[in-house]
Amino acid sequence: MVRFVNLTLAGITSGAVFAAVALALVLIWRATRIVNFAQGGMLMFTTFLAWSVIDHGGSYWLALGTALASGLVLGAVLERVVVRPVESKPPLNAVIVTLGLYVLLQAAAGMIWGDTPHSYPPAFTIRGLSVAGERLLLSPFDLFVIGAVAAVMVALTLLFVRTDLGLRLRAAAFAPEIARLQGVRVGRMLTLGWALAALVGSLAGVLVAPSVFVGPAQFDAMLVFGFTAAVIGGLDSPAGAVVGGLLLGCALSYVSGYVSSDLVTFGALAALITVLMVRPNGLFAASAGRRV
Amino acid sequence: MDVRRPLGALRSPLRSPLLRPTLVRHSAAALAALLALYVLTTSAAPYRNLEIAHAAYLTCAVAGLTVLTGLGGQISLGHGAFMAVGAYTAALVIAHWGWPLAAVLAAAAGVTALAGVVVGAVAARLEGPYLAGATLAFAVGLPGLANYEHLSGVLGGQNGLTVAPPVPPARLGETFPLERWQAWISCLGAVLTLFLLANLTSGRFGRTLRASRDDEIAAALSGVRVARLRIAATVVSAACAGLGGGLLAVVATLAAPGAFPLTLSLQLIAAVIIGGLGSLAGAVWGALILVYVPTWASDAASSSGLSHNVASNLPLAIYGLVLIAVTLAFPRGLQGGLRDVGGAAARRVRSRARTSRARDDTPGLPATHPGGADEASTDDAGARPDDGGDGAGGRGERLRR
Repeated sequence: MVRFVNLTLAGITSGAVFAAVALALVLIWRATRIVNFAQGGMLMFTTFLAWSVIDHGGSYWLALGTALASGLVLGAVLERVVVRPVESKPPLNAVIVTLGLYVLLQAAAGMIWGDTPHSYPPAFTIRGLSVAGERLLLSPFDLFVIGAVAAVMVALTLLFVRTDLGLRLRAAAFAPEIARLQGVRVGRMLTLGWALAALVGSLAGVLVAPSVFVGPAQFDAMLVFGFTAAVIGGLDSPAGAVVGGLLLGCALSYVSGYVSSDLVTFGALAALITVLMVRPNGLFAASAGRRV
Repeated sequence: MDVRRPLGALRSPLRSPLLRPTLVRHSAAALAALLALYVLTTSAAPYRNLEIAHAAYLTCAVAGLTVLTGLGGQISLGHGAFMAVGAYTAALVIAHWGWPLAAVLAAAAGVTALAGVVVGAVAARLEGPYLAGATLAFAVGLPGLANYEHLSGVLGGQNGLTVAPPVPPARLGETFPLERWQAWISCLGAVLTLFLLANLTSGRFGRTLRASRDDEIAAALSGVRVARLRIAATVVSAACAGLGGGLLAVVATLAAPGAFPLTLSLQLIAAVIIGGLGSLAGAVWGALILVYVPTWASDAASSSGLSHNVASNLPLAIYGLVLIAVTLAFPRGLQGGLRDVGGAAARRVRSRARTSRARDDTPGLPATHPGGADEASTDDAGARPDDGGDGAGGRGERLRR
């Protein structure tokens, strides 16, 4: 029983990070109908920037702020410079451009910081909390991870639902032509959407960095699991991204704890296929409408 | 196969399949390619021959993927896993039964085709990014199986299975280089794959596949069984990737999980798009870029005295830049870009010929008539591969969302 609780707690922690990456992908998918394969590279790059801040004696919080700010800028710049030209093109072209970006970011990080992974300090201790004499697989840092992701989710929800800017963002994503006629600067909204997504992604990068280390290729799995979580939840739904992330995190934790840690990626495949066989557009798909 | 009346009525009214001009044309092209490759491989150094062999087996996989993605509109980010299935099949068959090479490769393609049936049945239900996600998980999840403790005894775990290198036949001489033999095997497989796919896609299979890509509902109303057709396309595509994987095992003499990372699958789809979606000639371009751009970049990096970090990552950077630049500059791929350039040149030549003829003609005679006839015939020759032009065009590629 303790083992089950521990595996669930570990699953929720890793699931929170998957959910953040999934949310970054969902935000971009909703706004521009592009699956952003560069997300893994983007969060890797911003985490490296944060690492350099710490390496030069900066505090954890300064590094986190650097990562978030650079994520905002990086997302906006990439959207304007590289992604904008392919937004009106066939979706496969966007796939290739984001893949190219991903490769390019990986190479750039390797050139600047080298290929060997570096360790990254956690904000709080990673010693598990003790409850009634049992040591749980839940540390103060894990609580911080879950809390940070939850805070970002709440902030984003408030932004999208309660503010004028959020309404314009949703309008630009939902019906660009009509939004433009109503005076929404659609292009600017798309840029902002990418920036917000990159911000969420860079948070995920910093949160997961202590356990995977910081290196050009260390965050590849984050992209795969984040994408899997987003697809499980249904790419159009931010709530689905969160649920998908937590489900995937728990599923992978159980596979790793009860079966074999070598089967984790295969477990992701099995979970994904199971969900998609029942709901081909993910758990939170709004409608299976088909345009004729 | 899946077509009832309406599309079936479009079938070309030619008598014997042997007299079909497409078949004759494809055979001639295959023979010419084999001849050119023979000349190339006999004059090339062993190291160059290995590169040719790499490009050839990648061509198999890329060509298979271009049928599925370009003509069928189904994205797959998991073809590297199909290659893994083919490579492991070849390695196991060679190790346990020692079949002749042709049978080994046929088994690799066959077993992968069976895997394609399963994947295709799943994939036929999915669209757009959901398909991309499922195949991505397939690409990452399947090679991981080799490490699983209950399977690592058979599959060799992280180290993989070593494959005994193929022995060149004795009548080629004692000193016949192994690399050239590997290049020959690989090139023969690639040419055969391209030949079969060219014939397959220029027939009813290709036509119905394009119809189901362009408008699924209209195709279904015309009697195309879209789901079954998509599974068939996945099976064909998987068989090609399996053959490519089998050839990889023979050329690299190794089948290991490290040879099939996620980047391999992503490179395959990148090659399809860089070459030109739906064009088999584009598949060759794409495979050549996959092999030669990194080689060329690492040559350039090693010769230019850069620091270690920069030099070791330069090939990757150039590869990423090429991906972005080609997609932005040639949205229809290299083959589409070539066709555009060729078409523009042909038009210019034609219009020049027409104006000069109009000048030579007697003033009263309208010059349009001979010009028009001339144009029709040149158009025929210039834009002949209707499917390629169409498939590489912008219209068809929209993946259904």
